[in-house]
Amino acid sequence: MRKYISFFKIRFIEGMQYRAAAWAGIATQFAWGGMNLLMFWAFYQNGENSFPMTFPELSNYIWMQQAFLAMFMAWFFDNEIFDGIMSGNIAYELCRPIDLYNMWFVKNMAIRLSRMILRCMPILIVAALLPYPFNLTLPSNTLNGVSFLVSIFLGFLVLIAFSMLIYISAFYTLSPKGIRILSTSVIEFFAGAVIPLPFFPETLQPIMYALPFASMQNTPFLIYTGYITGFEVMRSMLLQVTWLIILLTSGKLLMKHALKKVVVQGG
Amino acid sequence: MIELKNVNKTFKIAKRNAGFSEAVKALFKREYTYVNALQDVSFAINDGEMVGYIGPNGAGKSSTIKIMSGILTPDNGECIINGRTPWKDRIAHVKDIGVVFGQRSQLWWDVPVVDSFELIRDIYKIEAYSYKKMLNELTELLDIGEIIRTPARQLSLGQRMRCEIAASLLHNPKILFLDEPTIGLDAVSKIAVRDFIKTINREHGTTVILTTHDMQDIEALTERILLIGKGRILLDGTLSELKKRNSAYKTVTVDYVGKKLEETDKIIIKKDLDGHAEILIDTAVLSVSEAISYISSEVDVKDISVMGETAEEMVVSLYKEFKI
Amino acid sequence: MKLYFKYLSMLLKCQMQYKVSFTLTVIGQFLVSFTTFLGVYFMFSRFNSVNSFTFPEVLLCFSIVLMAFSITECFVRGFDVFPQLIKSGDLDRILVRPRNEIFQVLTSNVDFTRIGRLMQAVLMLIYAVPVSGIIWSPDKVITIVVMIIGGIVMFSALFVLYAGISFFTIEGLEFMNIFTDGGREFGKYPFSIYGEGVLKFFTYIIPLALFQYYPFLYLTGKSGNIGLIFLPLMGFVFMIPCYSIFKYGIKRYKSTGS
Repeated sequence: MRKYISFFKIRFIEGMQYRAAAWAGIATQFAWGGMNLLMFWAFYQNGENSFPMTFPELSNYIWMQQAFLAMFMAWFFDNEIFDGIMSGNIAYELCRPIDLYNMWFVKNMAIRLSRMILRCMPILIVAALLPYPFNLTLPSNTLNGVSFLVSIFLGFLVLIAFSMLIYISAFYTLSPKGIRILSTSVIEFFAGAVIPLPFFPETLQPIMYALPFASMQNTPFLIYTGYITGFEVMRSMLLQVTWLIILLTSGKLLMKHALKKVVVQGG
Repeated sequence: MIELKNVNKTFKIAKRNAGFSEAVKALFKREYTYVNALQDVSFAINDGEMVGYIGPNGAGKSSTIKIMSGILTPDNGECIINGRTPWKDRIAHVKDIGVVFGQRSQLWWDVPVVDSFELIRDIYKIEAYSYKKMLNELTELLDIGEIIRTPARQLSLGQRMRCEIAASLLHNPKILFLDEPTIGLDAVSKIAVRDFIKTINREHGTTVILTTHDMQDIEALTERILLIGKGRILLDGTLSELKKRNSAYKTVTVDYVGKKLEETDKIIIKKDLDGHAEILIDTAVLSVSEAISYISSEVDVKDISVMGETAEEMVVSLYKEFKI
Repeated sequence: MKLYFKYLSMLLKCQMQYKVSFTLTVIGQFLVSFTTFLGVYFMFSRFNSVNSFTFPEVLLCFSIVLMAFSITECFVRGFDVFPQLIKSGDLDRILVRPRNEIFQVLTSNVDFTRIGRLMQAVLMLIYAVPVSGIIWSPDKVITIVVMIIGGIVMFSALFVLYAGISFFTIEGLEFMNIFTDGGREFGKYPFSIYGEGVLKFFTYIIPLALFQYYPFLYLTGKSGNIGLIFLPLMGFVFMIPCYSIFKYGIKRYKSTGS
């Protein structure tokens, strides 16, 4: 366990080095969130009744999404891992006394968390200072706040567990570029990054919520906004845990198979 | 004709410190350090010369090469190459030069080498006749006729380097800059590349400027050496001059039978194992012939050889001497 | 020009070496913009119109912006990956060749996989043209063509600006995405829906609205002012400061070597 912690630490500190990038990122995400809100605002004024959430709920959703973007952005992949697989250098990693799956997992966590930490506070603060109804507000009660924290961590793990499958798929396809862009657009869309899931047509929603993608950013943000409450919160968090277990297990199994292939065929 | 006069160059580098609090601090404030990459660099190189440009990593070699190829503007000083200032008249200047960066490729990775050559022909607007003539000459000299129909990515490092050099010479430049052309090559490829550079210099009168860490390159190719350290030109002279300077010590290797050789105040025994000894003599005190007659008077010599410093050792002692 | 086509065929040859990856990437590019389309579609399945623009009208606007963007991205890709060009030292290679820098950057990279996005744009255009309720007189056709050309010039200028800024800060470049990717993403709706402030910004500072919103008013018959057709050509004017910054960046690169 210790080695994974020090591994986490070194990647985390490395991630903290990119300061100018952090400022640029903050500006970008703030503009992005603002434009999104204005777009929804235009629709809201056209037909308040057709709006599935209240506008303040939506504002909270959008700002949380921007503040924690680095944790959930599906398009981010660690190229070192792909390069290692493509060039066959991964064989050297196997000489070390570490579990490759765990190492990659920790690495991804560290990079994403370091980025998020550099960026989230300014966004949260400025968003809280905006005029009503565009501002960010605190969750309505403590229970919501606590479940949000648990849920965002679960969602974060689910996303990484899913992206692990994409890393591993590179062992089989040896052309990760195509797979990456395909999976990115699928995850982004079904996770509610393009438009929040409540804006999807009613008929599609039950399916959407059952997919693993909804267990990523969708669940914690909907809990935070108060869009889902009470029993619903418990149910969706349970779903997150279920997906996490499924994705972790399949990822580990797939990795084992892939590595066997590497060892047998020599890369 | 290449002429540099009092060229200076300073770089500004942002500092980066480790740790979380430092990272947050640096969000607001940045500190810089200044590095004098080149200080008062002056030299002149005549047409058709071959010059070895040596110095440790970070001494300012590549900055100088960049200035001479028009990629970098110095803070002040003068640089005239064939009557032009490189960075002021880039396009006209670069038609006359060829550059080989040993660690980078200018060939298109996925297409046959000859396709890259043809594109370069069009970039430099080389006439069909001279292109053909040059290509024939280069493929023959570099022995790449067989491989130019292969995509660059499938070539070995040695094959690729030969193609890189050919690509840099297609437009028959007057000056050729070679930045570590033999790095990572095997012995056979190294020798092939060296022979080729010599031939090109002889046949076309191309001026060659070579940076390298491989002293065998220098020994094989260049008469003149420029030594740079910490941004200053420290030495400018011929290889044999330099050798003379540092050749006071010689190593005598001797195989002998009989009693063990003993060190005196005039000879130093570096090692002596089972009748195989390496002896260091200071020729200022004891000449080589004196040393040999002394040794043969002491023991029964089976085999004896005398060696001066190798170029490698010489450079190490130069670096030490100038503390770079 | 002949040399440019040589480069194109060379790059195409290179990319065709990896056919599977190429095809998957094209499909991926298509899918990326397809999800954006679905987002718009889902919004309009709840609301009939936004700021008096109907679904087919928005699709028309979206397809014009996407078309301009994907064509630009395909051919001006060299500027998009310019930071890597600096990092890898390939810019040095460019500078030791006797040709114009802009030309060489343009030819350093052409990304044909962007056809995926272009396909999406074409499909939306084909769908929107008959159902938009616009009577397609010659002036309207000209408007669309001018809008697309103006858009290509505007986006190209933005990419040149992006490359120019990368001489000064590579890390800080991300904010330029607001205008490039953001221009595409938010340009799917006419800029007026974001409110007056945003519209003014995209009119006077980053003038994307000049090829998108104003001529679009004429196209959809919301304005009768035929002069609006020519606003997209202001893209050429916008190119001047962007190019100057790039030129200045090259000059600085030569003096700092980094």
